[in-house]
Amino acid sequence: MTKIESFEELKETINQQIKLRNENEKTVLIVSAGTCGRARGSLKVIESLNKVIKEKKLEGKIQVKSTGCHGFCEAEPNIIIHPQNIFYQHVQPKDAESIITETALNNKIIDKLLYSDPVTGQVMPKESDISFYAKQKRIVMGDNALIDPTDINDYFAIGGYNSLGTVLKSRNPEDVIKTITASGIRGRGGAGFPTGSKWKFARDAKGDIKYIICNADEGDPGAYMDRSLMEGNPHRVLEGMIIGAYAIGATEGYIYVRMEYPLALKNITIALEQARKLGLLGDAILGSEFNFDVHVFKGAGSFVSGEETSLMASIEGRRAQPRQRPPFPAQSGLWGKPTNINNVETWGNIPIIIDRGSDWFAGIGTESSKGTKIFSLVGKINNTGLVEVPMGITLREIIYDIGGGIPGDKEFKAIQTGGPSGGCIPKEKLDLPVDYKSLSEAGSIMGSGGMIVMDEDTCMVDVARYFLQFTQEESCGKCVPCRIGTRQMVEILSRITKGEGRESDIKKLEELAKTIKAGSLCGLGQTSPNPVLTTLRYFRKEYEDHIYNKSCKALACKDLICYYIEPDKCVGCLLCKKSCPVDAISGKRKEVHVIDHKLCIKCGACFDVCPSKIRAVSKYTGEKKEKILKKASAGRVDK
Amino acid sequence: MQKILDEFGKDQKELIHVLHRVKAKFGYIPPETIPGISRHLNITESEIYGVLTFYSAFSLEPRGEHTVTVCMGTACHVRGAPKILEEFERRLKIKAGHTTGDKQFTLETVACLGCCAIGPVVVVDDDYHAQTTIRKVEPILEKYKKEKKNDQN
Repeated sequence: MTKIESFEELKETINQQIKLRNENEKTVLIVSAGTCGRARGSLKVIESLNKVIKEKKLEGKIQVKSTGCHGFCEAEPNIIIHPQNIFYQHVQPKDAESIITETALNNKIIDKLLYSDPVTGQVMPKESDISFYAKQKRIVMGDNALIDPTDINDYFAIGGYNSLGTVLKSRNPEDVIKTITASGIRGRGGAGFPTGSKWKFARDAKGDIKYIICNADEGDPGAYMDRSLMEGNPHRVLEGMIIGAYAIGATEGYIYVRMEYPLALKNITIALEQARKLGLLGDAILGSEFNFDVHVFKGAGSFVSGEETSLMASIEGRRAQPRQRPPFPAQSGLWGKPTNINNVETWGNIPIIIDRGSDWFAGIGTESSKGTKIFSLVGKINNTGLVEVPMGITLREIIYDIGGGIPGDKEFKAIQTGGPSGGCIPKEKLDLPVDYKSLSEAGSIMGSGGMIVMDEDTCMVDVARYFLQFTQEESCGKCVPCRIGTRQMVEILSRITKGEGRESDIKKLEELAKTIKAGSLCGLGQTSPNPVLTTLRYFRKEYEDHIYNKSCKALACKDLICYYIEPDKCVGCLLCKKSCPVDAISGKRKEVHVIDHKLCIKCGACFDVCPSKIRAVSKYTGEKKEKILKKASAGRVDK
Repeated sequence: MQKILDEFGKDQKELIHVLHRVKAKFGYIPPETIPGISRHLNITESEIYGVLTFYSAFSLEPRGEHTVTVCMGTACHVRGAPKILEEFERRLKIKAGHTTGDKQFTLETVACLGCCAIGPVVVVDDDYHAQTTIRKVEPILEKYKKEKKNDQN
């Protein structure tokens, strides 16, 4: 790799790589190998494909490309075959031979590897036909499937770093900030502050040294789009940062990556080394007078470090505890110097805005929210994965058209957005257009983009307890209302889910929520009661059921349910008996099995294994549960 | 240890990097390394304890040979992660955050690993186990127990 010394040289490099890509006549087998793909064996698939290619001496005809996540996690490991654009899902190493001999060489489609729509059952050979992708607008995520993230040439081949070249050659910093402001992009990390304004504050701040930071401490449970971008397209994030540094006048940057993301750390580190070698980082970038370099900072496992002032404290080698704002980071940030922090997805949008223009970008989305947003659609949903959609799309479209609905004929109950700071939105609001404004009106927030779908089996009190437990554990302890208040809320919620709820509990929860919101310094504390407040707003009846009737309709709260084998349904197959980890089930083959409720730990193993045709194991709550237990203990006395 | 410290500058900003490095070397932060870190970075020992006990990455106690990490993220939670954790606790006879008496396993939870699509997720050392069920818990543990037996042979 030799250093690129000027804009013209960069242009030449990019054009050369584009040409090489266009002229490539090989069949390319693109394997999705992000963390999810690897967990499901994509590296072994790659190995087998390469082995077959080598054995058959097909190196000149077929090429395997290992890429980051394509977004369709449900179908992992998946392969896209170019140029035919054939999509295979759940590929296993043993499929390598037939993929190569049948599809790659002879264009024959292997039916069993095709994706079939969960709603219509229709099989879809081409990636572009799949309903999961059809309604998406993948301007940021889409390129993940085109590039090997460890090869900067692949990024050049999709026009990468062209925006940086344009900016350094022909745009002054103010001009860049104007473009970003005009695009209307708002921060993708949670709070949704207009990015252009943020940049302007940092640009206008006085200081000899300025910093920029990429917040890759994606801590919201259930959100992983930033991981996917860093793993799959690290150069795009880096290019965004370099453009931002130029606009603000920063000379040093940090990427703060959470330690739970080893592959993202690896790929971003490789990207930095490559960019440095080529002179895209360092002194006199592309022959200009602009100097800039970036360090990677590995987090140490703390949710609150995602808050900007905590994150800076962490980089400085201290506890990640937030501080009062103002002064805002733009005036006094890292080591007291003007600092600009944006999240990974925001940085990833920057090169695209420069390339396609602010008008184009502002043309996507709604009045208050421009562009696209990547959501992680997870939980009780058929097509799990990362979806990038234009702002303003409805929740219904995301869940049913893209997500393919709820698995197993279950009924949709709620969708949780915004992580621990967000809330649960019920089915009455499914036609809500997704943007910053409407989500906040519904009591939730956009947040970093987690969308967790919940069905009739999810208990909303338990979900609220889960989130409060999370914030309580992650509270840094600085503000008393957050530290002690969240603990009180967890205790109350826990006793409700255990059937020990008191009449005054709902009122107490509401009072605590109010105090915590008013008395906490940072976003974590201020928003921590949201999951309770939204579930109380939309699912109050569930709380009351737990408190007054000791009943959990979702049959999820362990202490409020019992398992029971229906004597008229049980065929005595022994499956449940064998699966029980505590030997609480008695019964012989072809005889009705019985659960000993004194031994039962309610793990649900019997419920899971009982064949769906028979469905002899049931769960009961409330009065019915009491009746069963009473009968069972009476039976024991009789013996 | 001095060798490790020499890799780093003498500034508080190096503290978390140093701790990561010490952890990589020993598997945990041995308390006897703290005075050396304190001298090298010119910060008090109490400050170092303050930082290392704040972050979940660092532990002052030795770890088991294998670390079992159960993801407790929201997506894993709604798909049954608490039951998976209970089963690990039951099989290993320890609570999360602890190490078995024979030092074979340390059981941990993590807020979210970001592999929400394949939950419930369990990571043993660096291996990801997707869509875990209660019935998969025992085979997962057996796999790593066996590795130990093979090593001994």
